[in-house]
Amino acid sequence: MSAPTAARVEAAEVPTGPVVELRGIRKSFGRTEVLRGIDLDVLPGTVTVLLGPSGSGKSTLLRTINHLEKVDAGTVRVHGELIGYRRAGRHLRELHEREVLRQRSRIGFVFQDFNLFPHLTVLENVVEAPVSAQRRDRREVETEALALLERVGLRDKAREYPRRLSGGQQQRVAIARALALRPELVLFDKPTSALDPELVGEVLDVLRDLAGSGTTMVVVTHEIGFAREVADRVVFLSDGVVVEEGTAAQVLDAPQHERTRAFLARVL
Amino acid sequence: MSALRVAPAPSLQHGEAVGAAGVRVLPARHPWRWVATAAVAVLVAMAANALVTNDAWDWPTVGDFLLSTSVLRSLWFTLQLTVAGTVIGFALGTVVALMRMSANPLLRVVASAYTSVFRSVPLILQLLFWYNLAILYDRIGFGIPFGPVFVSVPTMDLVGPVTAAFLGIGLHQAAYSSEIVRSGFLSIDRGQREAAAALGIPWARQFRRILLPQALRVILPTAGNEVIGLLKGTSVVYVMALPELFYQVQVIYNRTGRVIPMLLVAAIWYFALTTVLTLAQSALERRLARGERRPS
Repeated sequence: MSAPTAARVEAAEVPTGPVVELRGIRKSFGRTEVLRGIDLDVLPGTVTVLLGPSGSGKSTLLRTINHLEKVDAGTVRVHGELIGYRRAGRHLRELHEREVLRQRSRIGFVFQDFNLFPHLTVLENVVEAPVSAQRRDRREVETEALALLERVGLRDKAREYPRRLSGGQQQRVAIARALALRPELVLFDKPTSALDPELVGEVLDVLRDLAGSGTTMVVVTHEIGFAREVADRVVFLSDGVVVEEGTAAQVLDAPQHERTRAFLARVL
Repeated sequence: MSALRVAPAPSLQHGEAVGAAGVRVLPARHPWRWVATAAVAVLVAMAANALVTNDAWDWPTVGDFLLSTSVLRSLWFTLQLTVAGTVIGFALGTVVALMRMSANPLLRVVASAYTSVFRSVPLILQLLFWYNLAILYDRIGFGIPFGPVFVSVPTMDLVGPVTAAFLGIGLHQAAYSSEIVRSGFLSIDRGQREAAAALGIPWARQFRRILLPQALRVILPTAGNEVIGLLKGTSVVYVMALPELFYQVQVIYNRTGRVIPMLLVAAIWYFALTTVLTLAQSALERRLARGERRPS
């Protein structure tokens, strides 16, 4: 289903420069430093998979990209725009909440626990943000939302409430909800980790479909098979630093570092 | 599975299979249920007998006064006090709850001081304070804080006994309501706020569309109890000699000497209103239960 990597990169040549640029990212929770100086570029139309043992900081790193987590040091840029701050002479001025919300509405985010709004129907979940955050026409958004639900195979559940759906179905709705913002970038935080094993496949199918259509994606996951098949680039983190990165073949099949090898030996 | 099928089935005696021809399934016997039923039925009959046959309850007088104009008028005032207390209480209570959850430490401290003061002083005492406000401050002025005063009016004109009652009940109720509202918001999963923030939904919209409806589901049952408590609590306003239900029946029995039937009149009305509130509460809860796992 996924297009070959080379073709995808060619197709996305029009926007130049990386979609995401992380420089010198540091972040501590209390006295534990979970990110210790991370640089990362994400090119348009590519799938980047962040791998690493639990506690390696990969989810935190992902959450810094849309400013759900404030960094202690470093810069985050999406399409060249500073996230969470603006330059004020020699200093950086924190953006007002309103501005941060505007920046986030261009970045899709899919949570491990789905976080669908339980009191809204599936369709209302998908329609909410494009209408209220992007001020688009409700009817136009609804048509588009139904098409997105069709794409994740849940058009017939549009009028259901989320709690009546299985975990896999809820996560597919959450993906449709993120896509409804027409994001330039979609971030996935362990999208299959809260699912029963037999439901993982249906969510990974949707991710493959997205990757094949040239969506720029950053995915934190433990699904090594998925990473090998879909990732253009695999980044291995441990103890808050990037240990190694490269193509899936390089990192997964011929890891250079002992820590990567030890991790892969445990999970494979 | 096949292993199970191979095992020889134990041969059935006649009458051992549910649903076999000629076999009836008899329900288990529960003799103690019958004993309990009989005992409670006797107690209910005794209570009914005691209410009806004892002339001291004076049911004819209860009938005379239950729908009398003076009682109905006082009932209306009791309702007004309840509504005012609920509206002021929950409006101000929500503000106090939001202050408690704010990032600003001064707002947090002021909010918790408010809650602890108004919760720890008995309502009856607070009401008397408001009633006597004019002794403390005989005029109330409007102007610039610590600066010139533009208009000033006698406190008595601004805060009469009725206003004092509304204020006292509302401010007291706000302290309780704020805790109920706060617990409602704290009960919402952190992921809901994060999801709303990640989608870039504007703050006011997040509050109204995502957080408030979910908080209300937790707030409502407790708030319902609170309103029922408030309805009965308005009876303490009798200390201000205001004609609410409890005060009014006292006025009547002081005149007629028929204490018990008049207390019964008040009790019947409080019971009736509480029943109505309970029904309204469960109807609202059903409406807010949208999206629950069980089919409604």
